[in-house]
Amino acid sequence: MSNSNFTRRGVLKTSAVAGAGLALPTIFTNRANAFTNEPTGSTVTLGFNVPQTGPYADEGADELRAYQLAVEHLNGEGDGGMINTFSSKTLDGTGILGKKVEYVTGDTQTKSDAARASARSMIEKDGAIMITGGSSSGVAVAVQALCQEAGVIFMAGLTHSNDTTGKDKKANGFRHFFNSYMSGAALAPVLANAYGNDRKAYHLTADYNWGYTTEEAVRNSTEALGWETVAAVKTPLTQTDFSSYIAPVLQSGADVLVLNHYGGNMVNSLTNAVQFGLRDKMVNDKNFEIVVPLYSRLMARGAGANVKGIYGSTNWHWSLSQGFTTPDGTEVAPDAASAAFVKSFGEKYGFPPSQAAHTCYCQTILYADAVNRAGSFNPCAVVEALEGFEFDGLGNGPTLYRAEDHQCFKDVLVVRGKENPQSEFDLLEVVEVTPVGQVTYDPSIFGGDLGSCNPGA
Amino acid sequence: MDAILLQILNGLDKGSAYALIALGLTLIFGTLGVVNFAHGALFMIGAFCAVTLQRFLSLSFETVDPTQTDFLGNPLKVKTPYVEHWFGPEIGGAIIDWSVPLAILVAIPVMVAVGFIMERGLIKHFYRRPHADQILVTFGLAIVLQEIIKYFYGANPIPTPAPDMFAGSLDFGALVGMAENSIIYPYWRLVYFAFAAVIIGSVFAFLQFTTFGMVVRAGMADRETVGLLGINIDKRFTIMFGIAAAVAGLAGVMYTPINAPNYHMGMDFLVLSFVVVVVGGMGSLPGAVLAGFLLGILESFASMKEVIDLIPGINQIIIYLVAIIILLTRPRGLMGRKGVMEE
Amino acid sequence: MLGLGKKDIALFMIVALLTLLAPFILNPFPEGSELAQFNAGYPDLMQRFVIFGIFAIGFNILFGLTGYLSFGHAAFLGVGSYAAIWMMKLLTMNVIPAIIMAVIVAGLFSVLVGYISLRRSGIYFAILTLAFAQMSYALAYSVLTPITGGETGLQPKVSDPRLFDGALAEGATPQANLFGLDMGASYEMAVGNWLFTFNAGYYVAAAVMLASFYVAIRIFRSPFGIMLRAVKSNQQRMNYTGLNSKPYTLAAFVISGMYAGLAGGLMVAMDTQVGPERMFWTASGEVVLMTILGGAGTLIGPVLGAGMIKYMENIVSKINSDILHTWFAFLPDGLEDVLVAMVYPFVGKGWHLTLGIVFMLVVIFLPGGLVEGGQRIMNLFRRKKRAGDDSTPAPKSHPAE
Repeated sequence: MSNSNFTRRGVLKTSAVAGAGLALPTIFTNRANAFTNEPTGSTVTLGFNVPQTGPYADEGADELRAYQLAVEHLNGEGDGGMINTFSSKTLDGTGILGKKVEYVTGDTQTKSDAARASARSMIEKDGAIMITGGSSSGVAVAVQALCQEAGVIFMAGLTHSNDTTGKDKKANGFRHFFNSYMSGAALAPVLANAYGNDRKAYHLTADYNWGYTTEEAVRNSTEALGWETVAAVKTPLTQTDFSSYIAPVLQSGADVLVLNHYGGNMVNSLTNAVQFGLRDKMVNDKNFEIVVPLYSRLMARGAGANVKGIYGSTNWHWSLSQGFTTPDGTEVAPDAASAAFVKSFGEKYGFPPSQAAHTCYCQTILYADAVNRAGSFNPCAVVEALEGFEFDGLGNGPTLYRAEDHQCFKDVLVVRGKENPQSEFDLLEVVEVTPVGQVTYDPSIFGGDLGSCNPGA
Repeated sequence: MDAILLQILNGLDKGSAYALIALGLTLIFGTLGVVNFAHGALFMIGAFCAVTLQRFLSLSFETVDPTQTDFLGNPLKVKTPYVEHWFGPEIGGAIIDWSVPLAILVAIPVMVAVGFIMERGLIKHFYRRPHADQILVTFGLAIVLQEIIKYFYGANPIPTPAPDMFAGSLDFGALVGMAENSIIYPYWRLVYFAFAAVIIGSVFAFLQFTTFGMVVRAGMADRETVGLLGINIDKRFTIMFGIAAAVAGLAGVMYTPINAPNYHMGMDFLVLSFVVVVVGGMGSLPGAVLAGFLLGILESFASMKEVIDLIPGINQIIIYLVAIIILLTRPRGLMGRKGVMEE
Repeated sequence: MLGLGKKDIALFMIVALLTLLAPFILNPFPEGSELAQFNAGYPDLMQRFVIFGIFAIGFNILFGLTGYLSFGHAAFLGVGSYAAIWMMKLLTMNVIPAIIMAVIVAGLFSVLVGYISLRRSGIYFAILTLAFAQMSYALAYSVLTPITGGETGLQPKVSDPRLFDGALAEGATPQANLFGLDMGASYEMAVGNWLFTFNAGYYVAAAVMLASFYVAIRIFRSPFGIMLRAVKSNQQRMNYTGLNSKPYTLAAFVISGMYAGLAGGLMVAMDTQVGPERMFWTASGEVVLMTILGGAGTLIGPVLGAGMIKYMENIVSKINSDILHTWFAFLPDGLEDVLVAMVYPFVGKGWHLTLGIVFMLVVIFLPGGLVEGGQRIMNLFRRKKRAGDDSTPAPKSHPAE
């Protein structure tokens, strides 16, 4: 019995001719391969595992669009997008290591079980060499652990919890997206600047891991600047009507409400809070304010006009492509990389990409480039190529893939809901680009153990 | 003290939404005896009547504004809704602004028609089938309806705000002489509460005081006998189904400003509405309404910071915990009739 | 033989044969062909087929025999899974203690839930079980995070204690095994263009499934099973004869809870991860749908229903527009686009739509579930054999409840 942990179906698929003429059973030995799903034919298969059903289906659809665009660009079709602006120049439109890029798709349903089933089918059935995507931390952590066991690379999609590259980090997993800690560190100074250092905050926190880490991050960084946390109340994930959580806020003497919610929770709690007229109230002789630490433009659309004037943070925003002036008068020049990405995405699909699309596109390009630089698809070689990799030209300015926790460190955008949007996509305006130095932390603070890379086989 | 008052008020409002949904469900489930897993989908379709009307009223033509640029740097295409073009921005804007209340007028015929088609085309054939089959077919139907909506409207929530007139909240505390801002309540929620009261009242009056209602109530109690009396009970049950669908749909329309509707909002409410109906007791309309308000108020209390600090996680489970306690102390829920769905 | 009647032996043999040969049966299309998309013979899905088969068989012992509709069975599966993963974290990566502990813990939890819920019947019972399951889910997701891992769930880590296992080799990841036989190990056989995968984990799970199926047949045919059926047909009459039905229903509830725990333990053994979504009401609803879809009260029905739903979830959801274009590539361009546009809403992200339609079609046209479909086909063949014989067996009639 050949002892492989995951099959090498891709090999047979791509070199199908090899077995074509044989009528007798032959035993396929896996020892010939150095690592899981080593591509031996003229193509290489990537697995795009995104939510296609459930509340995050639209976000998943946008991720998928970005992946398809990335594959086109890698294969030399289209205008090349951010490959042209990327600081590393190994990608030349001939696929990855000269192999044409193919892909398979699956539905995570935003459930860890379904996401793992889908990822396993990509690895076992389709011979995928890398899995990427997802739009929640639960899914990211679950699939990352699977990829570690299976010996393939995982390039996380949208996942914001500290855990993904903190206590649950894995050697085979990488995250380009920012995290709760960075959101807190970037937001706090802007908030203190806009609302003063003497504020009383009331937190409503989604009652699960991501909520906890976000609340902690925002609390710590605002308290360091003099804010006081009056109360923090946990709300169930399945809650749809937040009225009973919002109604007591004014009585507590708080003058800022922080909504540590994401997705549908965020849309509903923000809508409810605005409905209660909180933003028209004066408390402690200050105007009452609301803060949403993690913004997603796609979801912000669901909250409609309620986002106007509300601060939050985001990983990337398409308006970077046009340049703008921040409220404090700083001129931010148009970013060539973002412009290239928005152009190729917008011309293909007719609307600007979301931050989820951006991070997924970047992850694909980063993986492809790492393989090219390493000269091998071997996960361990890829890990080595990505660890400590410094790059630029992917829309976020100079970025470091830190070796200690496989987390990207780059500038963080603090945004605010736009008062006078000119279109349905123009909901957020960047108020500050927080320099990376301000959001960098010691990799040991979240615990966890990276382990060592696993090439499978 | 005012914190408790606040949560009672809150609970009444939450409860009115629960009661309204449970009322529609109990008309079908508690009385016609059909386990209708598509009830949440009816609620959702009602909400999307509002979305559709809003989209319809905001249908726009595009003009190119060369002074502004879009995300690709091309001249911006500015959308102007036809109604604003025809009636001027003032009146046109007001029409779009009022699309949620206006949607009531659309939703009633649409929902009644949906109810009729559903009953005649599908449910009718399942009255005598086992409950298990009813679950499977209505669950299948719910998924299909949901996916159709998702196909046209996407998965993200769609903002459908209430008219500007109802923005903001009433300072209830200041009205009754308490400190300012101690008890505030959004105007739209008060509207929702009043609306729910009217609907619930009309359904009760209809069943209680009309001959039609009397026959239906008789039919619920003993379908065969009523049939033997030469009364066409089937036709009346169809009408009841239409009414139930309309109640669910109207609950959905009015709910859209509270939470932006999305395609799976029905599923989110489905389990809760079953719990409310069963806690109220099978076959009892007043029971369903009472249970709706009771669970709404208790849920509000459980979300108070003081309560959560005392019993962590209580806000996660309160509804189910209360359901268990009530069903163990009162075998047929609050006001259930003997022998309905007990086998 | 084995205490089974002739018909049951035949059924058992057929199931055993199908299970053993599943790697062949589920991979009918050659690799690289357009239809290979429909192949289901890869380890993960084969494992899921048998695991959800066990779950549904167990559920059917309660629902099919006694008529008690539990809407919270996923809680037992989830609790079993958590027990199993903790055994793997604390004791050993060997799957045996994990599976045993999963069954025990799920059994204990179902005694508690069953004892309380069975005080009511009908819809009241269903809501009680639902309430317990939803509470388990909500708590596991939130306040029990230290035990359950919350949103991100639990996975074995290199740093776990694992008292009975030796230290892991440098750089190795903990892998579930059966006395050293890795659950992920596969033996691959290529015949022509076909590739068949024989996975160790699958055969372990399949063996457990066959054992569970055997026990289920024995229960169905035993005096205990007849007693349970009596509960379904008329519990009151049974009580009047002086029989207390409660111990029987409770026993059935606990047995089916243990089946769920077994399924949960196996899930962890095959794929070492637990998340709380496993206990959400939709997961409980899924096993109800599996059982009804296949045919409640029949032996093989629930397994078929489980297979059908898992197949849709894993195969249909993976068909994207690119794949559709390659399928219809032989057609002229215009026609190709039209066909792709017509099929696309039903596959990939639209797989739920297909699932909903299948539910409705099955229940409308096959009141007895997939099993009735099978019976009708068999009857069709039989009738052909005996031309002229007009004794058409009436489709199973269902007494109105």
